[in-house]
Amino acid sequence: MKALLSGNEAIARGAYECGVTFAAAYPGTPSTEIIEEFSRYEGVYAEWAPNEKVALESAIGAALAGAKAMAVMKHVGVNVAADPLFTVSYTGTNGALVVISADDPSMHSSQNEQDNRNYARFAKIPMLEPADSDEAKKFIKKAFEISMSFDTPVFLRSTTRVSHSKSVSTLEEPVVCEDNTGIRHNRSKYVMVPAKARERRVVLEERTGRLRDFNETFTENRVELQSRTHGIITAGMAYNYAKEAFPEYSFLKLAMIWPLPEKLIKEFAAQVETIYVVEELDTFLEDQIKAMGINVVGKEIFPYTNEFDPGIVEQSITGRAMEREMVNLSSLPQRPPNLCPACPHRGLFYALKKLNAFVTGDIGCYTLAFMKPLEGLDSCICMGASIGMAHGMSKALGAKGKGKVVGVIGDSTFIHSGITGLLNMVYNMSDAVIVICDNRTTAMTGMQDHPGTGRTLQGQEAKALDFERLAAALGVDDVQVVDPFDLKNVKKVLKEALDNDGPSLVISRGPCALLQSKQAKASPPLAVDPHRCTGCKICLGLGCPAISWRRFEDMPGGSFEKKTKKQEGIAAIDATLCNGCSLCEQLCTVKAISEAIHYE
Amino acid sequence: MSNGTTTSILMVGVGGQGIIRASDILSFVLMEAGFDVKKSEVHGMAQRGGCVSSDIRYGEKVYSPLSKKGDVDILMSFEKMETLRYLNYLKPEGVVVINDEKVYPPSVALGDEPYPDDIEGVVEKAFKMVKIVKATEMAVEAGDRRMANTVMLGVLSSYMAVDSAVWEAILNDTFPKKLLKKNMVAFHMGRSA
Repeated sequence: MKALLSGNEAIARGAYECGVTFAAAYPGTPSTEIIEEFSRYEGVYAEWAPNEKVALESAIGAALAGAKAMAVMKHVGVNVAADPLFTVSYTGTNGALVVISADDPSMHSSQNEQDNRNYARFAKIPMLEPADSDEAKKFIKKAFEISMSFDTPVFLRSTTRVSHSKSVSTLEEPVVCEDNTGIRHNRSKYVMVPAKARERRVVLEERTGRLRDFNETFTENRVELQSRTHGIITAGMAYNYAKEAFPEYSFLKLAMIWPLPEKLIKEFAAQVETIYVVEELDTFLEDQIKAMGINVVGKEIFPYTNEFDPGIVEQSITGRAMEREMVNLSSLPQRPPNLCPACPHRGLFYALKKLNAFVTGDIGCYTLAFMKPLEGLDSCICMGASIGMAHGMSKALGAKGKGKVVGVIGDSTFIHSGITGLLNMVYNMSDAVIVICDNRTTAMTGMQDHPGTGRTLQGQEAKALDFERLAAALGVDDVQVVDPFDLKNVKKVLKEALDNDGPSLVISRGPCALLQSKQAKASPPLAVDPHRCTGCKICLGLGCPAISWRRFEDMPGGSFEKKTKKQEGIAAIDATLCNGCSLCEQLCTVKAISEAIHYE
Repeated sequence: MSNGTTTSILMVGVGGQGIIRASDILSFVLMEAGFDVKKSEVHGMAQRGGCVSSDIRYGEKVYSPLSKKGDVDILMSFEKMETLRYLNYLKPEGVVVINDEKVYPPSVALGDEPYPDDIEGVVEKAFKMVKIVKATEMAVEAGDRRMANTVMLGVLSSYMAVDSAVWEAILNDTFPKKLLKKNMVAFHMGRSA
C-alpha cells in the first residue's frame, strides 16, 4: 500500500517492519517524531529516556541481550551520548544496534550546525544516509542488516529536510523475527578494560576493512552514468537538489557514506571529466575523495553553511545569480517565535529582568525570553549548561557576583543534565540561584512526557520525580516553589534567594499554556478599557502576543480622550489569543485591564 | 510546468493558520490523483507564531522537496505581508493568491514599526495573475474562522487540473463528520471565489 510518509514516520515504519523491538530516545527537533510513531506499533517497546546517553546505554543493553535496538536523537544529542558510543564501537552489539542522528543544517531549531557525519569516522561506525522517505524506510532495514552481519553499531543520519519532508513510500508487512534474546556471557568482548579493549581495537580496524569492501558492492550505492563531461558525487538530500538542477549530469549517489568505497569512486571518476562533490556543511566526502588522489570541485564553489536547495546547487555550479529582487526583505518586519499567551515563563522572566542579574539560560521555550521586550536571559550553550555556568560565574565574580547570578533551566532539561550541576553547586558551596522553569512537560519539542510528569511515552502512569525532595537530597537547603503568575511573589522570592548565602533553588511551577488549553483550563480573556488606559505601555513590556498597541492616528473617529498630553495611543487585547493569565492585569497601574466586558 | 514535469506550490503564512494541515490535504489529493508528491515544511520553533512555509511539489517524478527561487508556479499566501517575504520564489508567469488578512508581528503589535502598506500594489506590479480573497471572512461565514485554510484550498483547486471529486473524497477522509459539512461549504466558497 502506498502512503505519504515523513522521513521520521518512514524510519519508524521501517524499524517496525524489520523487527526492531526496543527503542529509546530523548526528544529533539528534528528527531522527535521517530520514536513517537514507532511506539504506536504493536509488539514493540519504546521509551523516553532522561537524556541521549541513557537512551543509547539502554539500547546497548537491549542489543547485548540479543534484541534489535535503536537509540534516536538530534545531532547535539549524539554529543551527550558520545561516551558510550565510542566504546560500543569496540564491543560490537550481539543483537543489532542502530543510532539515529537527525542533523539540522540551517539550524532551524538548534544551537549549532555540527555535521554528525564526522562521528562516523571518529567513532569508526558505518553510516547510511537516505535522501527521502522511501529510502529512509529501506535504509533503516539495511542498517540493521549491516549491524547484525558485522557485529557493529550503525548510524542512520537524517537531516531536518529528510525527517520533515513527506514523500510517497510503500508500506510492507513486518517480517516475522524469531526471538533471539537471551543471556550470553562474553566478558572478553564486553568488559572494556585496557587489556581487552586493546584486543577489540584490532578487531575494529579489521571490521572497518571488511565494511569498506562491503560498501564497494553495496547495492544501495547508485551510479547513473550520463554526461561524460560533468558528474556529481553526493549522498542524502543533496542528491535531490543536484539531480533536479542538473538532470543531465552523471551521478554517483552514495548510500553508505563511511567507510567510503574507494574503488567505486575511482571507477566513477575515471569515466567523467569534471566532478563536483555536492554536500551540505563539512567537506566530509570531499576531503576523503581528494585524499584518494581524485581531483574534484567542492567547497571552493559550494557554501559551507546552511542547507542547500536546487537553486543553490545551480548557482554554485553555473556561477549565475538568479534572484529577482522585488522586495527589500530586510525592511520587512520579522516574525520571531514568541512565548505563547499565558506562558508560565513570561512572568518569571519579566521579574528576572527587573533584578538586573546575569541569567545563564538553557535549551527550551524559555530561551526565547532573551528577545525584546523581556530580555530576561543572557546565555544559551547546551542542555544543562545554565547550572554549571551560573556556578562558575558566581565563583569567578566572588563578592561582585553576590545576588547577581541566576541560572534558569526547564524541568525536562534539568532532568536531562542539570542534576549533577546542582549537586556540584552544593558540594562546592556555590552562591548562585537556580530556577527550574517547571512547566510540567517538554514543551519546545511538542509536549513530550518525562520522568517529572508521571507519565510514560505511552501515557501510562509512572512515578513522578519530586523536585523538592530531590533538591533536599542533593543538599540544597533553600528551596522555594512559586506560582509564576503571581508576579509580586515571584519577585519577592527571587530577591530573598539572591540575598541568601549558599545555593538556592526556586521552582517556578506553572503548566505550559498548551497543556492548559489541552485540559481546557484557560481562564476567560481579558480586555483593556480604552477610557482608562493611559498609554503607558507597561503591559506591552510582557511581549504577550495577545497585547498590541493602537495609535490614535490609526483610529480615525475613535472618541478616546487623552489622559495625558503625551499619550499617543492605547493598548488592546485580542480576545481570541488571550488566555486570561492576568499578568498584564497585575502590572496595570490604572486598573484598565479586567475580565471580558466588551468596550466600545 | 516548471522543470518539464514538476509543478511547485508554495504555501506561506503564520504559525496557527492551518498551513501544515492544508499542505497535508493537498499532498493527499495529489497522491490520489496519481502524481509523485513531495512536501516539506519546518517544524519546531515556527510553531510559536513565526513564519510558516510549506513547499508542495508534484509531477511524474519529483526529486527535491524544496523549490528554488523564481520557480514556484502558485504562491498561496495565508497572510498579507508574508506574500512579500516569499515573492521572489514565484516564476514570472506564476499565480499569487493572497488571503486579505493581517496578522501583526510583535514589532508591529508593539508599535515599533509599521505594517507594510500597499502590498497589493507591489505584488500586482510584478505579477499579472494576482487574486486577493477574503478567505478568513468567508470561513467565518461558513461557520468558523479556523477554516480559512479550507477556503484557500478551494481557491487553489480552481487553478489545478484535479477533478473536484478527488478533492471531495480526500476532504471526506480528512474531517470528522461533525466538521465535514462546513468544511465542504468553505471549500466550495473558495473554489467559486
